[in-house]
Amino acid sequence: MSSSSADKPSVIKARAGLFWLQKTETVQDEEVDGEYGLVINGHSLAFALEKDLQLELLRTASAHIGVGISGQEGMQAVLSSDFSFAQFRYLQRLLLVHGRWSYLRMCKFLQYFFYKNFTFTFVHFWYAFFCGFSAQTVYDEWFITLYNLMYTALPVLGLSIFDQDVNDRWSFQYPQLYTPGQLNQYFSKKAFVRCMMKSCYSSLILFFIPWAAMHDTVRDDGKDIADYQSFALLAQTCLLIVMSIQLSLDTHYWTAVNQFFVWGSLAGYFAITFTMYSNGMFLIFTSAFPFIGTARNSLNQPNVWLTIFLTSLLCILPVVAFRFILIQLRPTINDKVRHKMRKEALPAPTKPVRVKRISTRRSGYAFSHSQGYGDLVTSRKFLLKIPVRTRPALFTETDSPLAQNQPQHYRTITEEPEGSQSP
Amino acid sequence: MGKAKVKSGPLARRPDNSAFKQQRLPAWSPMLTANTVLPFFYFMALICMLLGVWLLLTVQSTQEMKLDYTEAGSCNLCYIKRQNASNAAQSCTCSVMFSIQKAFKGDVFFYYGLKNFHQNLRRYMDSRDDGQMVGRKRNLKNPSSYCQPFDKDQTGVPIAPCGAVANSIFNDSFTLSYHQPGSYRVRIPLLRRGITWYTDENVKFRNPKTENLTLAEVFKDTARPLYWQKPVYELDPDDPTNNGFINEDLIIWMREAAFPNFKKLYGVLNRADEVFAKGLPAGNYTIDINYNFPVQYFRGRKEVVLTTLTWFGGQNHFLPVAYLVTSSLILLLAVVLTVIWWKFGKAGKNMQE
Repeated sequence: MSSSSADKPSVIKARAGLFWLQKTETVQDEEVDGEYGLVINGHSLAFALEKDLQLELLRTASAHIGVGISGQEGMQAVLSSDFSFAQFRYLQRLLLVHGRWSYLRMCKFLQYFFYKNFTFTFVHFWYAFFCGFSAQTVYDEWFITLYNLMYTALPVLGLSIFDQDVNDRWSFQYPQLYTPGQLNQYFSKKAFVRCMMKSCYSSLILFFIPWAAMHDTVRDDGKDIADYQSFALLAQTCLLIVMSIQLSLDTHYWTAVNQFFVWGSLAGYFAITFTMYSNGMFLIFTSAFPFIGTARNSLNQPNVWLTIFLTSLLCILPVVAFRFILIQLRPTINDKVRHKMRKEALPAPTKPVRVKRISTRRSGYAFSHSQGYGDLVTSRKFLLKIPVRTRPALFTETDSPLAQNQPQHYRTITEEPEGSQSP
Repeated sequence: MGKAKVKSGPLARRPDNSAFKQQRLPAWSPMLTANTVLPFFYFMALICMLLGVWLLLTVQSTQEMKLDYTEAGSCNLCYIKRQNASNAAQSCTCSVMFSIQKAFKGDVFFYYGLKNFHQNLRRYMDSRDDGQMVGRKRNLKNPSSYCQPFDKDQTGVPIAPCGAVANSIFNDSFTLSYHQPGSYRVRIPLLRRGITWYTDENVKFRNPKTENLTLAEVFKDTARPLYWQKPVYELDPDDPTNNGFINEDLIIWMREAAFPNFKKLYGVLNRADEVFAKGLPAGNYTIDINYNFPVQYFRGRKEVVLTTLTWFGGQNHFLPVAYLVTSSLILLLAVVLTVIWWKFGKAGKNMQE
């Protein structure tokens, strides 16, 4: 982002991650797999802007998203981009904080969604062996309707809206956290297959444990508990509790809203179930609510709750153990940062390191009537060789309002940008 | 979160600086660390073991006797007889002898069981009319179309109760007797009421309102199901309150089983008699069966189960054993995790970035 040459751009085609130059010279899209380097070169940007290529830039097919800056050159970029903001420096937050969180949330959501629906479906597959392959559902039809609509909708919505693995300040401190997104680590074909296997295992537990526990037993007063309706209630309760616990394991950021959604959904499930299985609903809508009395008669059996407990343990503990082992043996960058986050409460705001400038030896020049040697002097041809500086740390400014999680004071666009901001 | 005054100027459209909109809500951010996960695993292993042991002791205190009577004793003849559907109207009785080694203490429950009878087939389960069984006159005369083809008989008269589920009701009946030592056979009294769920008996199944008519008159323009020998209002000749849709055997049968091998309650030992005041004594028993239900069409088996119960239910060893196995697996896992944590994780690799 800082250049050392003075006048014309030394690069003709620049690989700018987001602003892709479609050149008049034949430059094919290179196949880049692996890491995308994010290089925003000021020169290429100026070149592009002066050539008035804004619209073509953003109509590119190879970029993942287009980002436009609304500004003095006009609003065209804003209109044809996915994201737009007013100042170039907001790109940092867009990528490292919001982009990263968005990827994380999306992948968690997808994995959880596939898991809960595959498990739900596989249980029906196992039941087919017991019901003569007649496509009888294991669960109550109302449960099937309300499962995705109500019982598991809000918690996963809460996960997708609020989840953060590390907060934004730490995201700035450790831009390496961006790497998993570039490497497609959170959700890929492999991750999908793993999710399917986990679903398969969970569905086996969620069907066969209740089957084995219930198929040959009765209530404590001798009456039926191995009937279809009680079994359906047991299976669906096991499923929902396991899914809720799984979601709780996935959620790394428990706001009050998340708590409300998760516990509220479980409570809502029981409330709705008891309502649907009540006398009143049966007498009003007889054929729609045939499960009358099932909740009252089976959920008061300790047998049933012990089965639910066992099923939850068998489904969840392997997941916990597996994740724990991964954290110990192969911690990802996220794990490391979160670990650090727990150990140190808040990093002390570092004093801004002023970039030490080697003093340029300039001679003064005298005022004279004629043109004098001003050009000679300012061309710096007679100065000492300036040693090549190592590129300064990309994000030296750690206590800017952005990094400190403080309310950001937006400057008006017409203000002069300060010199010490990121160059 | 919305500001009262309208902002203007270049900052007009900036988002609210609230915790919600800036994603700074206070939150709890848990992490799987060693000092939460490892104690949890050990604790769960302990809980599972305690539960397993407790449940095992509880289940061991139940006693169960299962007797497959499909072809046992003299029922073999009835089995052969029932293979021919034209003999369906003829009755057939048989008897089977069995013995109990240890006395059954406490309440004894008598079940009949079927194997390989799929009450959970989808079309079978749909073939019923709950509205008719709850006593609606409209449904009595016009059974739901789900009951087809068991909704009307050949002459077009509606069937009550309609549907395949009611049609296939189990119609064997049993009489238990005990060979008292040094004496004659004593018939074992069974309580045949109060064996259904309260909600089934009182809400889900109701006879149509009688209004000074007899039950037979209420069911006047209906026919009995095809496979039944008696109409629904004569199911129980001994107990007049056990007729119609509220007949307990019918209610129990209508509660479809989840799996092809199931058992349903037939009766409870009546301990009023002083011979059976403490339960069933050890000794020889005979069961006399009115053998009606044919099972060879679906290669099924019939059985009779006598069992005592605990708060945990009948004699099902699965859950106790499963808890014990789970507890050992969890313990093993906990040890493995502890070893891994000790060797690798104790602030080891996490320091680098």
